[in-house]
Amino acid sequence: MRQMVFHPLLCLALAAWPLLTMAAEEPLQVRIGYLAYIPDPGPVLSNVIPEPRDAGLRGAELAIVDSNSTGRFLKHSYSLTSASTDNSDALLEQARAQHEQGLRLFVVNAPADTLRQLSAAMPDSLLFNAGSPDDSLRSTACLHNVLHTLPSRAMLADALAQFLTVRRWTRWLLIVGQTPDDQAYANALRRAAKRFGHIIVAEKAFTFDNDQRRSAQADMPLFTQTAEYDVVLVADERGDFGEYVPYQTWYPRPVAGTQGLTPTGWHKTVETYGAAQLQKRFEAAAGRWMNDRDFAAWMAVRSIASAVTRLRATDAMQIRELELGDNLPLDGFKGSKLSYRSWNGQLRQPIPVVQPRALVTTSPQDGFLHPGTELDSLGYDKPEVTCTF
Amino acid sequence: MRRTLIATALLIAAGQSLAATAFVSNEKDNNLSLIDMDTLQVTQTLPVGMRPRGLLLSHDNTLLYICASDSDRVQVMDVATRKIIKELPSGKDPEQFALHPNNRWLYVSNEDDSLVTVIDTETSKVLAQVDVGVEPEGMAVSPDGKWAVNTSETTNMLHWIDTSTQTLADNTLVDQRPRFVEFNKDGSQLWSSAEIGGTVSVINVASRKIIKTLKFEIKGVHPDKVQPVGIKISDDGKYAFVALGPANHVAVIDAKTLDIVDYLLVGRRVWQLSFTPDQKQLLATNGVSGDVSVIDVASLKVLKSVKVGRYPWGVVVAP
Repeated sequence: MRQMVFHPLLCLALAAWPLLTMAAEEPLQVRIGYLAYIPDPGPVLSNVIPEPRDAGLRGAELAIVDSNSTGRFLKHSYSLTSASTDNSDALLEQARAQHEQGLRLFVVNAPADTLRQLSAAMPDSLLFNAGSPDDSLRSTACLHNVLHTLPSRAMLADALAQFLTVRRWTRWLLIVGQTPDDQAYANALRRAAKRFGHIIVAEKAFTFDNDQRRSAQADMPLFTQTAEYDVVLVADERGDFGEYVPYQTWYPRPVAGTQGLTPTGWHKTVETYGAAQLQKRFEAAAGRWMNDRDFAAWMAVRSIASAVTRLRATDAMQIRELELGDNLPLDGFKGSKLSYRSWNGQLRQPIPVVQPRALVTTSPQDGFLHPGTELDSLGYDKPEVTCTF
Repeated sequence: MRRTLIATALLIAAGQSLAATAFVSNEKDNNLSLIDMDTLQVTQTLPVGMRPRGLLLSHDNTLLYICASDSDRVQVMDVATRKIIKELPSGKDPEQFALHPNNRWLYVSNEDDSLVTVIDTETSKVLAQVDVGVEPEGMAVSPDGKWAVNTSETTNMLHWIDTSTQTLADNTLVDQRPRFVEFNKDGSQLWSSAEIGGTVSVINVASRKIIKTLKFEIKGVHPDKVQPVGIKISDDGKYAFVALGPANHVAVIDAKTLDIVDYLLVGRRVWQLSFTPDQKQLLATNGVSGDVSVIDVASLKVLKSVKVGRYPWGVVVAP
């Protein structure tokens, strides 16, 4: 009886503490799990410049360091428990083990199917998708306990298509690779073409099986000799043949999409709005450039930290609610305050469009209006979503 | 005849030195533009270190301190001769700084290292380095010299450094991405801008508590574009001015009632502000349009834009 009376009073006293000075903060442990399964893309032709194997993890680690800098003034301490596996089932095992240890906040860098399984296995946890650009997760089959920091394919395609509208490159040749990911990217491009008034004058499946590094000069011009186009769009997500399209096309035309002029969540050449600072810190910590997976993971951990700092608590569902409300502006070094869409949990954000050594433009482009925020002109908007979230 | 000539020459020389001079740092050009405040023309450009940003005048207006961020040092320019006379060891990537009323201690925020470096400008020695939050930027010293306050942009805090011990005494959580802090003339208030939060917090210095948070609404400008950065408060306590970044406006606040009175349209991406010595005019740097707006304080009207170099960042006006 005495204990029951004591607790409500203690809760009231604790609730009053945040109104007083910093010195009265209760210590808080914020434990975040990082789960990664990156399927082997198989042998690709453009393999001379390899992709980093720790993409995502390094971003999450930097965000933990950044979060502990505020944390140490508030007596909040952040830690990351990470698991990287080479198959989906092993990752589920690792996730369950982390969950056993009491973790309820996760950053996931894995394909959509694995993400769905993780979401179903841990309904009481909050997962941040920092690895799958799958559009169905944001439109037809949303997951209640998942928020997305990585841009969807639709956001990327819309960002590119808006710029192509500004340039008036409205006739497209679309070249599509053979993997399901390539098909999904091409679908996003088709949707963007329709949205923004572009015409796909010709579409070709890339089915060559010879070595384009040797034969692009002979093969590519004939392959791209179709009805005339203003720009060539390439859907080659793993980077197999796309790098060999530029400068080999029948008509002298720019190449865009997964290679060439590329929309992406983050790139080395993003430097305004203080981004140079984040880039420097990342490079010092990781010894390489920050990429879109790193940024998505960084953003996920920082989203958690911003919520925890406000709530002074680590409850997964409370954090989810705060993220989806209108009241937690997040800083992503992209110039606008970022926030999560209430209809599908996608982080709305400006999308850089880059060539390998410079930032070409950032979408949304000036002139594309939206009743709420122009950031919502990219990706799936509220009326277009059929899932219940 | 000779005496008249000499007298005329002296008169002309005196006339030139009577006009106040604005010094503007051009972040991407690695130089300063100098504006004659009588003619509102750029009279000179002076090459300085790499990525010049913060500017500050010594309290006797004889020295100009320049943060040369990419050169990792603070340069000291003699205002009369316009020559760099020495360089101070500032720590890496200095962006903003503040000079103690003793005209000697310089507090510099080192953006890359999560540090504030305290330099003795007479001996050129580092007196102390204080660990603060991530990406320290804004820096201000209270008029009584007691507090040096630093903002850390990613940690979203104000750090209060006790200048008698040069150590951290307290921390205040503020809104997202605090860029700039400014004390009012009597030191009773500290104003702090939050770029991504979109607000300015007014803090009571005695209690170190937030008295009011100002939110800005400009007709025709999307709220996401309102990103407050530079702040200046007039000595008479009448007005406070806030540069609102990509909103392209300077907000005018009644510093007594803390009500927002007006919004003045200036150039693109307005960043930092500075009064002229008589406080009759306020200058605002517009980073993207590459110019400086001259505002008449009494009428609250923007008089003119003066084209300077690429990405003007800081501005100070010497008498």
